[in-house]
Amino acid sequence: MGSGAWIAGGGVICGIGNNVAECLEAFRRMESGMAQMQHLRSVHRSTFPVAEVKADNKTLAAMAGMPEYISRTALLSRIAAQEAWNSTGLGDISQYRVGFVSANTVGGMDKTEDFFADYLENESNGHLRQVVHHECGAVTELVADAMGIRHHISTISTACSSAANALMYGSRLINNNMVDVVIAGGTDALTRFTLNGFNTLMILDQAACRPFDDTRTGLNLGEGAGYVVLISEALAAELPATHPAWCRLSGYANANDAYHQTASSPDGIGNFLAMQGALEMSGLTPADIDYINLHGTGTQNNDIAEGTAIARLFAPAFPPLSSTKSFTGHTLGASGGIEAVFSAMAVKEGIIYPNANFSKQIKELPFSPVVKFSTGNQLQHVMSNSFGFGGNCSSLVFSKI
Amino acid sequence: MNIYIQGTGCVSPQATATEGPFPAAVIPWQGARLKNWDPDYKQWIDVKLIRRMGRVIKMGVASAKLSLQEAGIEKPEAIITGTAYGCLDDTGVFLTKMINQQEELLTPTAFIQSTHNTVAGQIALMLGCHGYNNTFVHKGFSFENALLDSIMILREGRTGSILAGAMDELTDHSFKILSRFDLYKKEPVTQDSLLRSNTHGTVAGEGAASFVLGTEKGAHTKAKLSGLTTLYRPAGKAEIMADIEAFLAAHSCNREEISLIITGRNGDVAGDEWYEHVENNLLPEIPVACFKHLCGEYPTASAFAMWMACRILAEQAVPASAMFKGNVKGKQQKILIYNHHKQTHHSLILLSAC
Repeated sequence: MGSGAWIAGGGVICGIGNNVAECLEAFRRMESGMAQMQHLRSVHRSTFPVAEVKADNKTLAAMAGMPEYISRTALLSRIAAQEAWNSTGLGDISQYRVGFVSANTVGGMDKTEDFFADYLENESNGHLRQVVHHECGAVTELVADAMGIRHHISTISTACSSAANALMYGSRLINNNMVDVVIAGGTDALTRFTLNGFNTLMILDQAACRPFDDTRTGLNLGEGAGYVVLISEALAAELPATHPAWCRLSGYANANDAYHQTASSPDGIGNFLAMQGALEMSGLTPADIDYINLHGTGTQNNDIAEGTAIARLFAPAFPPLSSTKSFTGHTLGASGGIEAVFSAMAVKEGIIYPNANFSKQIKELPFSPVVKFSTGNQLQHVMSNSFGFGGNCSSLVFSKI
Repeated sequence: MNIYIQGTGCVSPQATATEGPFPAAVIPWQGARLKNWDPDYKQWIDVKLIRRMGRVIKMGVASAKLSLQEAGIEKPEAIITGTAYGCLDDTGVFLTKMINQQEELLTPTAFIQSTHNTVAGQIALMLGCHGYNNTFVHKGFSFENALLDSIMILREGRTGSILAGAMDELTDHSFKILSRFDLYKKEPVTQDSLLRSNTHGTVAGEGAASFVLGTEKGAHTKAKLSGLTTLYRPAGKAEIMADIEAFLAAHSCNREEISLIITGRNGDVAGDEWYEHVENNLLPEIPVACFKHLCGEYPTASAFAMWMACRILAEQAVPASAMFKGNVKGKQQKILIYNHHKQTHHSLILLSAC
């Protein structure tokens, strides 16, 4: 049983830290990343808090070793993907057949929206270099080219579940012996396009978001990137003793809610099927799961759908669960990657992450999230949920080796 | 395990959005932009929905419904799409309003429909399909990645049928912006002159093509999907030659067995050199058909080529309008599709008659 893929390492950049160690420290200190926006320019600056990566493009470009004028989505991607690679004991990347499967939802929209303002004034205006990397795939290629990856490159975009699907596809590429290693995850930068889009849906909270809290009124957007390095079991056996594999990706599943383009069904059927399918692949029962990293956006609709599906699948006993989006904000196409790294790290270090801003249990649900950071727990199996627009629901299960 | 194509559907600048044989007449065009031939979408989509749907969503849904119709199934077990540009029309609408209205008083419809997974999500919603659902958005590999994902899932043996499709739309904005990158012909061309124009640039196109894939050969089966591979940024023509040879060897296909090559010639003199080189040096004597004079150039155009190849194998007739070089003879057994997008994304698809 299982996906056949192992996790050899991971990297994250998001609103609470520029690398995995900084993120863990932020959880430990209960410091969430939401603040007034410093880098994104929007008329909604004072209205909606966001979890920005705490660096301007110049700083990120220097960290990434890439030009400052390219999309922030690519800069974030390169930084996290490089950290992920460096965290493994794999060494020289050119020795392997490497795949890069990177999800995103905005592509180079951060530059396109600047271009488009000039273009709308006059169709011959606007710098073409601001729009040349508009496509989601262009962002992936900038990073693949910079890292010398060309055996298999792909980009997935299924809204908020995008990066979780990148892990599934990456795992299949390894199982089919198409590549030796896949760097899989996702990236998204904040843009006015997404901020305004979510605002029209009236699901943005003007205060810090409160996932799985009865008083929740919406989500906060975030940005960042997160990648794991997937390898086969055979390659895992060859890793140096100094850098053993973190854990296994023991199961995954993707299902569709088929209810509404943006809203979740009341009973969370897609969420239920995704979690059930992931358990089935990993050969586990609900009782085997020791921690759930929730999708937990903090909207009324999302949390009740996910909670109802968990209640149905896990009753009567519920594992510790929490939404790390209460720290990172909702990083959309990156969230499944960032949370995959957090979940893999949870298995490796026995970490249970806190859920910030929780005060009141959702009255319809028989459980509430964990509010304190703890480490050294015995976690055999951790589930990570990612559910999104278009009914796209995905669950991943990470297991101890 | 064999992968079979059970049904196909195609919405394109040609009158392809019907069941039955390849359209006999080419819909003429001129200039550097081919527009979709819109079928009556009411056949497949509720009128109330049609009014709100962006064009690429309608194209995608129609091609999906056609392919299901042809396969004789109502609901696939999984839906996988590829789109390089996504829902450009809705993206443009939301972006324009956001800028012109200084981020105030915006409405959600265009934003909701702008996400790249809208088409796959809409199909799932219309069919009540709770199965696996994914969308690939990787430029000239978007369709190929969707196909590869489908193949890998079918090989696992737990899924019986997958709807795999690709769609891209061209909008006024995207055509104007892409034109500024000097991609398109400056001189007038037509369907008859494009492929031998011998000058820089091509013509822009759009379209959607969907396929129902399965592992059991049945009464509806159109063709066998024998192989698929992609090559990113080949160092040169020698590398693609070696790749094609390895690909044919991996699928135990002798060159003589190939009845027809379909290449992605688009009239751009530099890009077409790749096809010319392969045709002349690796697969001489084999007749060549082309398709971009029928659908235009766009990142998921290889889906149109696969639709055309399925029609040829199922009907055992090669449309005269598609022939570029040589004469077809005998039974159409195996068709090799070689396409590249902007010389960067190269792909090979091998189809066999059933």
